[in-house]
Amino acid sequence: MRVSLFITCLADTLFPDVGKATITVLERLGCDVDFPVAQTCCGQMHLNTGYPELAGGLVRSFAETFAGSEAVVLPSGSCAAMLRHHADRVAEGIELPPVYELSEFLIDVLGVTDVGARFPHTVTYHPTCHSLRLLGVGERPYRLLREVEGLELRELPGADECCGFGGTFAVKNAETSSAMGQDKVAAAVGTGAEILCASDSSCLMHLAGVAGREHAPLRTMHLAEILASTG
Amino acid sequence: MSRPARHDRRRRGTEPVRLHPKPDQAFLGMPAFPDAARVALGDQQLRANLRHATHTIRAKRLNAVGEMPDWQDLRMAAAGIKDETLAHLDDYLVQFEQAATAAGATVHWAVDAEEACRIGVEIAQRHRARDVIKVKSMATQEIGLNEALEAHGIHAWETDLAELIVQLGGDTPSHFLVPAIHRNRDEIRDIFTERMGQVGRAAPDDLTSEPRRLAEAARLHLREKFLSTTVAFSGANFAIAETGTLVVVESEGNGRMCLTLPDVLVSVVGIEKLLPSFADLEVFLQVLPRSSTAERMNPYTTMWTGVSPGDGPQEVHVILIDNGRTRALADEVGRQALRCIRCSACLNVCPVYERVGGHAYGSVYPGPIGAILNPLLHGVTDEHDAQLPFASSLCGACYEACPVAIDIPSVLIDQRAAAVREKAHHRVPTAESVAMKAAAWTFGDAKRLARAQKTASLGRGVARHVGWLPGMLGGWTSSRDLPEVPRQSFRAWWSQREDTATVKALEE
Repeated sequence: MRVSLFITCLADTLFPDVGKATITVLERLGCDVDFPVAQTCCGQMHLNTGYPELAGGLVRSFAETFAGSEAVVLPSGSCAAMLRHHADRVAEGIELPPVYELSEFLIDVLGVTDVGARFPHTVTYHPTCHSLRLLGVGERPYRLLREVEGLELRELPGADECCGFGGTFAVKNAETSSAMGQDKVAAAVGTGAEILCASDSSCLMHLAGVAGREHAPLRTMHLAEILASTG
Repeated sequence: MSRPARHDRRRRGTEPVRLHPKPDQAFLGMPAFPDAARVALGDQQLRANLRHATHTIRAKRLNAVGEMPDWQDLRMAAAGIKDETLAHLDDYLVQFEQAATAAGATVHWAVDAEEACRIGVEIAQRHRARDVIKVKSMATQEIGLNEALEAHGIHAWETDLAELIVQLGGDTPSHFLVPAIHRNRDEIRDIFTERMGQVGRAAPDDLTSEPRRLAEAARLHLREKFLSTTVAFSGANFAIAETGTLVVVESEGNGRMCLTLPDVLVSVVGIEKLLPSFADLEVFLQVLPRSSTAERMNPYTTMWTGVSPGDGPQEVHVILIDNGRTRALADEVGRQALRCIRCSACLNVCPVYERVGGHAYGSVYPGPIGAILNPLLHGVTDEHDAQLPFASSLCGACYEACPVAIDIPSVLIDQRAAAVREKAHHRVPTAESVAMKAAAWTFGDAKRLARAQKTASLGRGVARHVGWLPGMLGGWTSSRDLPEVPRQSFRAWWSQREDTATVKALEE
């Protein structure tokens, strides 16, 4: 199956390994992955900060870049939610190709839960708000993780509570954002897991930032990176 | 004007930031959200109290809602009834006035807080009242009724237990339902011991912080007020257009004492409180208690329609207030906020509210609903109101919990745009608007983005931040590390991979 990858501006710039891992998983499952180089950003940061007109331009540019794509896969629940739920709000009547967050694509389209990964570590999963509430990915990421060989999944207390990133909220209300992040990191550390996993690089950037500052014994990894692993 | 000289009274930087203003200053004088939140976050006791209270009620609400198989239908029915009412509000208001008047009530109309207070004060003065008793009410707090009465030498006594704690503590409420949520038992005992005697029956000398003892002290203190006061003020949870009936829903029964014992009853009611028919209560008396106190049914529901000869207050007034509601109604996206039944479910699930409490919102209406309601009622010309839509991480927990399905995150986003437009209208170029435009320009073209990534990558170790995340450095790094910019962006890696593949293909 031919798949177009939308890497998202954040992963493109700061977390290229997430993109590489996404390609590894998709290719392993027999997909032909294409990366339309004209792509940039979904416009979420602009919409959520109060600049819907600027967001509209970015959404239209996304639509042009991916016009005709059979399926657009992206390793971010937040950006997928933006395109699925808010695109119409900023670019009226816009037509977009089908957009899937990675776990949705693997399970709903490819019908796979065992992606052939091996990762012998303890992991706890943070579902991230937009994946959880706007996209409703539900159990999908957990189902994928449970099939990973050697992986021990630990339940995260208060999993459905926000980590505090929230886009520009993280800088406009930095203290509140950090307080939320500190509680999330503490909950993750409390599980005794080595790794805190999520499907959004933005939330992970925030949590890694908090964990790093507090010297917490915790590593953050994107779901795609764990699914790509065969270690 | 509803909020006179607001800017003059908010002197940021010239006086220490206080989180517990004296009642005579109400919420005026509070700093804008980010500053107020910073102070609240530093208060460890406050954070512990809030965390305990919100988590307890959160779990209870989930149970109360979970046992209703038709909860989502009820929620949609509630939203639908409110929307229908708001769409024909003019007709329903007139219908209410006619029915209430026919039943012996006097209906007054107030365009703003000042007019509403003037009407209330005049009624109290006509009865030569020195003291009035009050049923817990958001509307009277919104218009600053206690302060207005006080200015005319009339003492307004709160009779709801939590409101009493707040009033005696010289404090302002920080929650709709649990106004003293930020106080613990020891603090309450101290407040009772210190203050009760100054304003009425004193607390017993041996008062402990045991809840039963605290409640008993409040009961005896309040009983004296109930039996000696002839004028009462209330709000209303619902107003029924069809019958002219007002409804107050409560847990303690203190409200019912105020609604039945005095000679004169004055109810201040927001025009959005209307429901078309008595039968509509069926839906709301299910969704409200389960969402607010996590009870299947609240202990006391008091309904009254005008005057009943020989029973209860013989002079009944209803003051219908606008105070910004028609402004909110005119907002296509925001008008859904007027569905709000003040249940406080959104406060209890909000991770931001949980950390900073109600005072940081600087308004009678805190939490997620306050973050949209205040800007909708007042506009976003004031810096204080303009900051509120940004006081959210947009996690969506509030929308999920709201029993009338107010899409709070969507309204927040819309009000953020309104705040940005307001600043642009006044030609205030902010660092943020410049950064946002620069980011949109960078994202407008993939080549420009690639160049920006390359620059960031070259600057590794020197300025390890990404220019298109506005204001990232200062706000971010005070409490978090920044990720290092990788040597190569994803797109640079991809083009290299593509080139290699092409070369390979050519060689073959």
